[in-house]
Amino acid sequence: MNGMLAVLWREYLFFKRRIWSITASSLVSPLLYLIAFGWGLGRVVTMDGVQYIDFIVPGILALSTMNASFNSVATPLSIARLYDKTLEEYLVSPITLFSFAAGKILAGALRGMYVGLLLLVVAFLFGAKFKISLAFITLALLNCLVFASLGFLVALKIQSHPDMARFNSFVITPMIFLGGTFFSPEHTSPLLQFFIKLLPLTPASQGLRSLALGQEFAWYAPTLQLIYLCLFIALGLYAYRKVE
Amino acid sequence: MIVLNEVTKKYQETLSVDKLSLHIANGEFFGLLGPNGAGKTTTIRMLTALTIPTAGNITINGQLVSRHNPSYKSQIGLVPQHINLEPELTVAENLYLHGILYGMKRSAIADKITELLEFADLTDKRQTLVNTLSGGMKRKVLIIRALMHSPQLLLLDEPTVGLDVFSRRRVWDLIKSLNTRGITILLTTHYLEEAEHLCSRIGLLKKGRLIMTGSIENLRDVVGPVVVERFVQDKTILHFFQEQAQALQFVSGLKEEFTIRQTSLEDVFVKMTEEKVDIN
Repeated sequence: MNGMLAVLWREYLFFKRRIWSITASSLVSPLLYLIAFGWGLGRVVTMDGVQYIDFIVPGILALSTMNASFNSVATPLSIARLYDKTLEEYLVSPITLFSFAAGKILAGALRGMYVGLLLLVVAFLFGAKFKISLAFITLALLNCLVFASLGFLVALKIQSHPDMARFNSFVITPMIFLGGTFFSPEHTSPLLQFFIKLLPLTPASQGLRSLALGQEFAWYAPTLQLIYLCLFIALGLYAYRKVE
Repeated sequence: MIVLNEVTKKYQETLSVDKLSLHIANGEFFGLLGPNGAGKTTTIRMLTALTIPTAGNITINGQLVSRHNPSYKSQIGLVPQHINLEPELTVAENLYLHGILYGMKRSAIADKITELLEFADLTDKRQTLVNTLSGGMKRKVLIIRALMHSPQLLLLDEPTVGLDVFSRRRVWDLIKSLNTRGITILLTTHYLEEAEHLCSRIGLLKKGRLIMTGSIENLRDVVGPVVVERFVQDKTILHFFQEQAQALQFVSGLKEEFTIRQTSLEDVFVKMTEEKVDIN
């Protein structure tokens, strides 16, 4: 577990030095969503019988934790691999592939949870109502782990920085809007609904919403997330074995 | 002992290293020289399992080099060509991180950091962020980072590239003192005077093939220890001789200016890496 410890320690130092810029930059997008959709529309619009601000806070939580976890792993790891070559220090050391991957994914997930916590505080100040339970926290953490492991995989597969921008444009950004964050997939056609429910973000936004609003919990959410987590970790480890 | 056995690396259609076989004894200071693209860095990368050979195998003290056999890695210290220190960490933090990666105990890490900073004359830079250091200091940190876990073998891939004369000399002293402490060193460099100054044995690579190995004296003897240098029709021509008398006899009939001198490693390098192409 030396690799995991080393990665977590390095990430902790980086986080400590950059805490204010990380905090501020993490809050920009969620704040804009909360102001535009929560404050602006939230009090006058209802969705599935609940005030829109209460409806979208779990969705914004899902997308914010997704963004934070994905980007805190994908961007620095791709830079470490392609540009400053700091990844080689880990590759030549006697650590296992798994311990390095575990450290990176866990660090990314913790960053996502930090952003999630900030968001909930801000949402509370905006007047949103939600219930926080152990299941809610667990599901949010699972979402962070899924996207941190996706970030790990993508960072090891891309060939240049523009590739990362393209992945964000074609995968992450569409998922922000389609992943059940701002609307309920049930309002779409059955085909689109099927597609939306397969997206890795949808189980998080739907699951978190049902827990936050005290509705019936859809067990497909953690099940699908666990499948994605295992898939991304397996592919990430395979990609890591092949890195040269 | 490092043993490379018929090691080949091919990138699609490009042959980077071609059936390289080489033995390097413990305690040796071996220099691997060659022009750009000769396969020096690829060889170093294969020794650390950063690059996987297409064919052949490498053992270090009897252990097979493989990405999936991390146990041999503790025996190796790598100083890469590019500066791959964590730029936003301090010097001490970079060294500490290395210590954790190699499973060192906390107290041992602290002691080793103090010892190595002193050894490299960097004690006052302990808490300095790496991205604020000069190029020479970064190189020194790279070297002492590779020594944190007390490796038996140090791989140096062009460790003085981009340094001024004074910084380079300081790095040479540092490397030389490591070899006197019994560490086996494999050095790649473009600076032939560096190899001449430091290495006890040299290997010349040309297009991925090892064309010559031996001490600097051996290499000089192979091509001829005496050289006559002429400048004819905008081109420098070298003539090698085994004896000074032969060289004197040769120049007696020359009309243009010439120089007679002892063959340098650079002369050997030029002859073997350029002319070998024609010979082959």
